[in-house]
This record gives sequence, structure tokens and C-alpha cells, in this order.
Amino acid sequence: MININKYVLSLLVENRSGVLSKISGLFSRRGYNIHSLTVGITEDPNISRMTIVTLGDEQLLEQITKQLNKLIDVIKVMELNTEKCVSRELALIKISKPPSTQSLITESVGIFRGNIVGLDSTSMIIELTGDEEKITAFIDFIKPYGIKEIIRTGLTAIER
Amino acid sequence: MKVAEAIIKCLQEEKVSTIFGYPGATVVPIYEELRKSNINHVLVRHEQAAGHSASGFGRVSKTVGVCIGTSGPGATNLITSIATAYMDSIPLVVITGQVNSHLIGKDVFQEADITGATESFTKHSYLVKDEKNILNIIKEAFYIAKTGRPGPVLIDIPVDIQLKDIEYSYPKEVNIRSYKPTVNGHKGQIKKALEKIKQSKRPLICIGGGIVSGTAENQLKEFVEKFKIPLVHTLMGKDGININKPYYVGLIGSHGFSYANKAVSESDLLILIGTRIADRATAGSKYFAKDAEIIHIDIDPAEIGKTLGTNIPVVGDCKQVLEELLKHAEALKTDNWIEHIENFKKEIHKPYELKDKVNPKYVLNMLSQMLENDTIMTADVGQNQIWCARNFCINEKRRFLTSGGLGTMGYSLPSAIGAKIAAPNKTIVAVMGDGSFQMSLFELGTIVQNNIKIIILLFNNSGLGMVREIQKNTYGKYHGVELNCNPDFVKIAEAYGLKGKRIHKNEDFEEAFKESLKCETTFLVECIVDSKESTL
Repeated sequence: MININKYVLSLLVENRSGVLSKISGLFSRRGYNIHSLTVGITEDPNISRMTIVTLGDEQLLEQITKQLNKLIDVIKVMELNTEKCVSRELALIKISKPPSTQSLITESVGIFRGNIVGLDSTSMIIELTGDEEKITAFIDFIKPYGIKEIIRTGLTAIER
Repeated sequence: MKVAEAIIKCLQEEKVSTIFGYPGATVVPIYEELRKSNINHVLVRHEQAAGHSASGFGRVSKTVGVCIGTSGPGATNLITSIATAYMDSIPLVVITGQVNSHLIGKDVFQEADITGATESFTKHSYLVKDEKNILNIIKEAFYIAKTGRPGPVLIDIPVDIQLKDIEYSYPKEVNIRSYKPTVNGHKGQIKKALEKIKQSKRPLICIGGGIVSGTAENQLKEFVEKFKIPLVHTLMGKDGININKPYYVGLIGSHGFSYANKAVSESDLLILIGTRIADRATAGSKYFAKDAEIIHIDIDPAEIGKTLGTNIPVVGDCKQVLEELLKHAEALKTDNWIEHIENFKKEIHKPYELKDKVNPKYVLNMLSQMLENDTIMTADVGQNQIWCARNFCINEKRRFLTSGGLGTMGYSLPSAIGAKIAAPNKTIVAVMGDGSFQMSLFELGTIVQNNIKIIILLFNNSGLGMVREIQKNTYGKYHGVELNCNPDFVKIAEAYGLKGKRIHKNEDFEEAFKESLKCETTFLVECIVDSKESTL
């Protein structure tokens, strides 16, 4: 691959057991990359929405889209234009909480519009939502203060 | 009625006349209903053969082949034949029994996650959890198997579900919102294709298995003759065209003819119809058709642009697309190009030599003349497959069945059984080597039990010829390819109550084969072949 780009695919799939396995199986056996994958129910309980972020080039994306469309459980495949969609990710970050830096951390959480959802004598859990860049920026900022654990959901997105 | 009875009624609605299977505990309810029905059940000797026989039956009768196996090892034994059908786009409905639905996932006796295991080899699969869905599932399964790009569909039915009661009413329609295969080619794309064709100086058609599964042989013949475009084909496309000089060039690819490959390299427009043009056809070369523009007509959009970049993709059923193209047929000025191909065909083509053991190339050329014009030949995998592909001529209504995509040894004999049941009045010749015969000879039992008459043409070179040749060419030595304790195959045929003859010389072939044609039972013609006989 010469130009490696990030693509966001939004899929509508039948809400049946085994569908996630079929899609992730397709990606793994054909060597396609899954950067992140989120899935959840839509307004129709029989249909789920899956958002997959994949890395590749245009030719690979075309193959991925066509192979996904072949799956009987996949209803629709859309490539989201990252500029024309609203994308969000949730991160839960546990950091160690030395007393000297607590107020600095609390202030920065406010600046990033996050929430402190857990607090005890040794650690603090911060919840943050935003696009991928914002989450990454916060993590980079907070790293020197001691990150114990990060859980990120991966991106989900909706077209404007 | 019970679900088991409903299943049989559904199969009858789908006009299934024959099922190939091997029963076990979890399909006993279905077998009880099968016993009461008029559907012909063929008991095989290994579930893998059930899948291959269903494949041969389906390919010849142009219907969806059906096979059935029990849970656990019965289902896993079907995997190879399901994968074989998947790679060659053969429509199959595979029914497997499953353990009680409340025991699934508890590792009980003969339990296997067959829907999970066959995920990569099925067009779609169903695990029936609610008995109310069974009728829709069967209707959908047949629809999915035979439409669009055909393929195998698996239905896994827990044994307790088979005993539940439902209201029977076979659905009239099927509507799958996520599956709408394209049949008619886009008119704009077809127009573009026509323009390119009319401008080309050295056009070449390349066909594959899609012509055969799309039953487009007549349209193709007309297309070739009206536009005057020469034609090459892949292994799976061999019986898509009758040899019709001067347009027929030959088989391309790593085991094809060099003159056919040369025609591809010199063409300026390659028209691919019903082929996925995979690595065997391109010989894995990045220079394949490098000077040509490419029109790719195929029912599966995912195949277009997968191996070769395409200038004009046309997604659609090849029969429909060819009919559209034929509406604007125009004879091209290809006489010089065709003459050029004929000339280098004569220069490059080297004939075979006749030495002391039987030469399979000689045998197959003889058969091209001896056999009727509607003979069906099945070939296995390895040297025997390539000898058939290169030396047996397809005329009129002859068929050639083999495992092209997966290359599964042991395909020839069971698929010949399926073919004979589908076409009882035709001559069926099953070609194989001593390696592949030993992977399927248990099916002689099926042959005897069902009074099936075929001719088995066994090329015995005491080894795995193709692999041996690769080893010799790469390393100068071979290892693990010698079958030097082969039994007396003719005696094995006779042990089953069949007949056979072993020949050591070319001149004895004709008489032995004539004897096999006259014989009322299946006849084994065993040819002793030199282990050094080359593939090409």
C-alpha cells in the first residue's frame, strides 16, 4: 500500500447472533485491518449499526465494501466522509492521583469538558467523550501524571 | 405437522428429486419422513462424497444439489465438499442435524459448531432456533443458493426442533432486504463496452465457469461468431464453449497452452465473461494482459477489480448481458489477428511422444474421438486433471466437471455418481489418478448399491504425480509422493462385483475402453502410466 488512509465505514446489519462474528471473520481472513469497531441497536430493534474504522488504500476499500455487501446479513454499507459527519468516542481513563497535582488535573478535565466519575485515595477515573483527536489530545496531556488504565470504545459516527 | 415432515414437504416444493446423505442420531426424524416420501435417497460411504455427489448432480441437472449429514463428525466431514462448492460457485443446500437446542454449547456427544466452522465457505448459513422460521429458512436457502453468484447454503437443525409442531404453509415469495443480486447489466456500461469492442484491433474473449452456471453457452457462441472475436478460457470455462474453429484458441494459465497465453499478452482488449480470473489463469503474473484494456462482465461485483484492474466493469448475469450486446452485433475486422494466432499456435504447439507405458495424452485424445457428443467427463486433481483439460475436446453438449478453485482430491468419483443419477442416459467417464482414487474408492459401494454405470479411467503412476513433478523441478529430488504399495485396483473393483481391466500399452487402450462401454456395470480401466510423464 502506498497511501495508507483511515476510512470510516458505517454498516446497517441484521440484528442476529453471529453477525459480528461473520463480519470480523471476513476482515481477518481477507487480511483487512480493523482499527476499531463499535456496534449497537438502532431505532429499529431488528437492525444494528456497526461503525468500523479501517486503514488501507482506495483499492482495498473498494474490495472491503464489495465483500461486506456480499454478506447476506449486511443491509447497507456506507463510507462516511470524515468531514461531513459527527464522530464520537467514549474514553474512561484511570489515573494515579498524587495530592499535589489534583487541582491541576481537575481543571484540565473541566477544560476538556470531561467528568470525574470515580475518586478514591489513590486514583481518579475520568470520563471523556469527543472525536478521536480530542481523546488523543487529552491522553497525551495527562500521560505525565500517571495513567493506570485506558478504555476506549472506538469511534461511532453519524452523517450530518 | 412435525418440522421433520415439513422439511421434506419443502424439499418437494423445491422439486428436489434426490438427496445424497449419511444418517446419524440427530437426523433420524428427518430420515423417517424421507422414508415415507418419494425423494430418492442415495446413501454414500463418507459425508464428503455426499457433498461432491450433490455438486455433480446439481451441475448436470442445473438444479440446487442437496446433501444431508448428522451432527458433529458428520457435519465436519462435509466441510471439504462445502468449501469445494464455494470456490467453484456451485449451488448446494446442505442440511445438518444438530444436538438438542438446550444442549448447544455444552460439548455434548457429536456436537460441533458447524455454522461457525463453515462461515468462510458458505454463501449463507442458518442455525434453526425457532421452529416457526423453518419454512422461510428453507425457501430462502434455495433462493440464495441458486441466485446471483451461486454457492452452498447450510441449514443446521437441532433434533428437538425437528420434532416440534408447526403450521405448514410454504411461503410463496422470498424477500431478503439485504440480498438483491443484479441481473441486468447497466445499459450505459454495456454501451461503453460495445464502443470499446468496435474500436479494438486484437480483441480476445476469456470465459470461465460463469458461462456454464449461467447457461449462456448459446449466447456466447453467437457473440463469438457475430463479432468474430477469438476466445480463450480458464479451467472452469472449459465446457462453456464448443471447439469452433477459427475462434477457439485454448486454455490459458499456468497449465494452459503457451499459444493461448501468448494471445492474451498480444491482445489490445480482453473481454472477461463469467470468470474471476484467479491466480491459475494469470499464472500469478503481474504482466498478464498488460497491453490490453479490460472489460469484465460478471454477476459478482466483488470479483471485478479484485485480481485485474478493469476499464469497463459490467455487473450482471452473463446471459442477459450477452443478449444485450448481441442486439448491436457487428462483425469486426479480425481476420489478420485470428490468422496470426493460428500461425503461432502451429509453431509453439508441441505434440506428445508415444513410449512404452500408456500415455494419458494419447488416451484422452482418443477419447475425444471415441466418445459421444454428450459425454460427461469428471476429472480429479493433479496431473490427471491437467491432462484432461489440455487433451479432451469439448464438442456439442459434452460436459467437464472438476474441482477448479479448491483443487480437492477425491472429487471425480462421487461427482460422477451424482452426474450419472442426473443424466442416466449419458456416458460418464470419471478420470483420476491412483492418489485421488484412494481418496474416494469407498464410493464403489454407493455405485453398486444404486446400480450406477460409469467408466472409471484410472491413470496409475504409483504416486502423487503433480507434487512429484514440482519437487523434481524445484529441488531435483522428491519425498513423500510415492504410492508404491498400491493394491491391485482391478481386484478391488471386482471385490465390489464390478469389472475392470489393466492396460500397459497404448495400443491396448481402444479395445479395453470399448469393453468398458459395452459392460453393464461400472468398469474400471486402469492405465499404467510412467511416473516421469510430464503434466504439460
